Amino acid sequence: MTDGGLPVIARFEVRHRNYLAPDGSINRPLPAFASDANLITALYRAMLLLRNFDRKAVALQRTGRLGTYAVSLGQEAVSVGIASAMRAEDVLLPSYRDNGALIWRGVKLEEILLFWGGDERGNQFSGPVEDFPFCVPVGSQAPHAAGVAYAFKLRKQPRVAVCMFGDGATSKGDVYEAMNFAGVHKLPVVFVATNNQWAISVPLRLQTGCETLAQKAIAAGFIGEQVDGSDVVAMRAAAEDAIAAAREGQGPRFIEAVTYRLGDHTTSDDALRYRSADEVQARWKEEPIARLRNYLVSQKMWSKAEEERLAAECHERVEAAVERYLATEPRRPEAMFDHLYAELPETYAAQRRQLAGEGDA
Amino acid sequence: MPEMTLVEAVNLALARAMEDDPDVVVLGEDVGINGGVFRATVGLQTRFGPERVLDTPLAELLISGLCVGMAAQGVKPVGEIQFMGFLYPCIDQLVNHASRFRNRTQGRLTCPMVLRTPHGAGIRAPEHHSESTEAMLAHIPGLRVVIPSSPERAYGLLLAAIRDPDPVVFLEPTRIYRAAKGEVEDNGEALPLDVAFVLREGRDVTLISWGAMLKETMAAADALAADGIAAEVIDLATLKPYDEATVLGSVAKTGRCVIVHEATRTGGFGGEIAALIAERALTSLLAPVARVTGYDTIVPMARLEQHMMPSVDRIVTAARKACQFS
Repeated sequence: MTDGGLPVIARFEVRHRNYLAPDGSINRPLPAFASDANLITALYRAMLLLRNFDRKAVALQRTGRLGTYAVSLGQEAVSVGIASAMRAEDVLLPSYRDNGALIWRGVKLEEILLFWGGDERGNQFSGPVEDFPFCVPVGSQAPHAAGVAYAFKLRKQPRVAVCMFGDGATSKGDVYEAMNFAGVHKLPVVFVATNNQWAISVPLRLQTGCETLAQKAIAAGFIGEQVDGSDVVAMRAAAEDAIAAAREGQGPRFIEAVTYRLGDHTTSDDALRYRSADEVQARWKEEPIARLRNYLVSQKMWSKAEEERLAAECHERVEAAVERYLATEPRRPEAMFDHLYAELPETYAAQRRQLAGEGDA
Repeated sequence: MPEMTLVEAVNLALARAMEDDPDVVVLGEDVGINGGVFRATVGLQTRFGPERVLDTPLAELLISGLCVGMAAQGVKPVGEIQFMGFLYPCIDQLVNHASRFRNRTQGRLTCPMVLRTPHGAGIRAPEHHSESTEAMLAHIPGLRVVIPSSPERAYGLLLAAIRDPDPVVFLEPTRIYRAAKGEVEDNGEALPLDVAFVLREGRDVTLISWGAMLKETMAAADALAADGIAAEVIDLATLKPYDEATVLGSVAKTGRCVIVHEATRTGGFGGEIAALIAERALTSLLAPVARVTGYDTIVPMARLEQHMMPSVDRIVTAARKACQFS
């Protein structure tokens, strides 16, 4: 093979995965799990719960009962699809917008509210005790994921680290450094970039000159796949494949979940400043929840009665969590010293006593 | 007991820690077959294998971030950064993750990692190889910053750092890596962290320093002794959190204090100690607290660097002035 007279020594390709069209019809034969009505309706339930939770969280923020909050509106299929393919013993390293994955893994709704409500106890996770807390500095959790995966490999544990970040994070050296190392050592880690088209106000075309984010894996020596991130069946299938390959020792994988952030970046943001209402309106036609519902209804796996029952369940579950959140006793101010070090050094113990009103440091 | 250099003591401590605890992993650039640019990790890969003595890609942020991830899984990583001037990409991980991991998860996840790096000037190295920005690290809540000044303390404090349940930055005084020699017994015994060492007792003036500058500080104490001035010399050893009690106790005794550090003056750690003494020991003072420090310049390259670093003369002059203050 030659190209311009010079030999071509490598060629690469990036595949795109999609099963459900925006109207819920099927593009190609579905993976086996899609015929499991329990599982596929569980994915639907999780996405709807997340949307309800988001709506309530925004209402709490608007009424001064929650701090800044990052909604998942429009990209529910990504975190639910990914988390549903993980085993309990795997470790999730989420960004701040991956509530859906945390909830699926067993983090309580009131814990998530506590975190966004300004209380470190929200990161205590009574559920998956080894999962990482939300990561706010963009992409800085990717090296952690490589470290976690290295620990799994060192101890010969068949576990996988799953690291989630946004499209903006792929511009950071952190993510490349982590992927590069994971590629060198064939670590059991799956990197998931939620490409929701916007890093606050910066659109993808200003984020990267690449045609896909998935191809960034090529430079690190492993497979990157582009997936329709509004198709939860595709997300779950891609995650299953990638996690299984990582668990079997085939090394890391990269998933670019192409989706769209229908909401603002956070409750502190106003997306109308940088993108048109028409653009957003057009994207509503592709959103993941209606898409899966259309499919389920067409397959007679879902009914109006079930939808109503689920709406009531979600409402009840969210309201109960909000009640528990609002009823959580505040901590004493000196609690800020409680987990500073394993054992508080005397010099800071004096400051703690001062804060507690027990003396003047 | 065998006599060895400070860098050999570092190597001995790493080997002992790896021998005692299969969870200890050493990682960094060139730490494997090359044994580190200063040979601090020499022989370890042969002995413990490439999985536990890991040559990483050339990426400092990665090294510190890997340490956080490994530590959260209970592995005890000891990362090496080749020179302190290359530590800065790690600051994001140290400030935003390592130091606050325990706190932000309320103890659910912890970060028992050590990041080692050579510290300080005086080795005629290229630009960016002579940094002493320990005050920047000592400002970070939740971190420990440790700096030994002898082979014995390098061995004992490094063992302590590796066994500590929280993240430690371990600064190794490059200038005395080989110049400092001493007897070290490989008994696996750690020295206490957060504790200052009184290297020499005296009643007239307190000299406080850390790392390589203790060489000049001890020489200054000798010169002062010839003048009949008995200087007490304190090796602070742990800068974060530091041993306030030993500092205050000594100043209460001598009434005079000279702080010596190689780092630039403004915002240097000497200012913190001076402020502590002003707040808590003012009535003991017989003279103003003095600082003998590097000048507020970028560390000059080889031809001028010795002029930036405190000399024995500058320390002696400051101590004499303190003693003559009425």
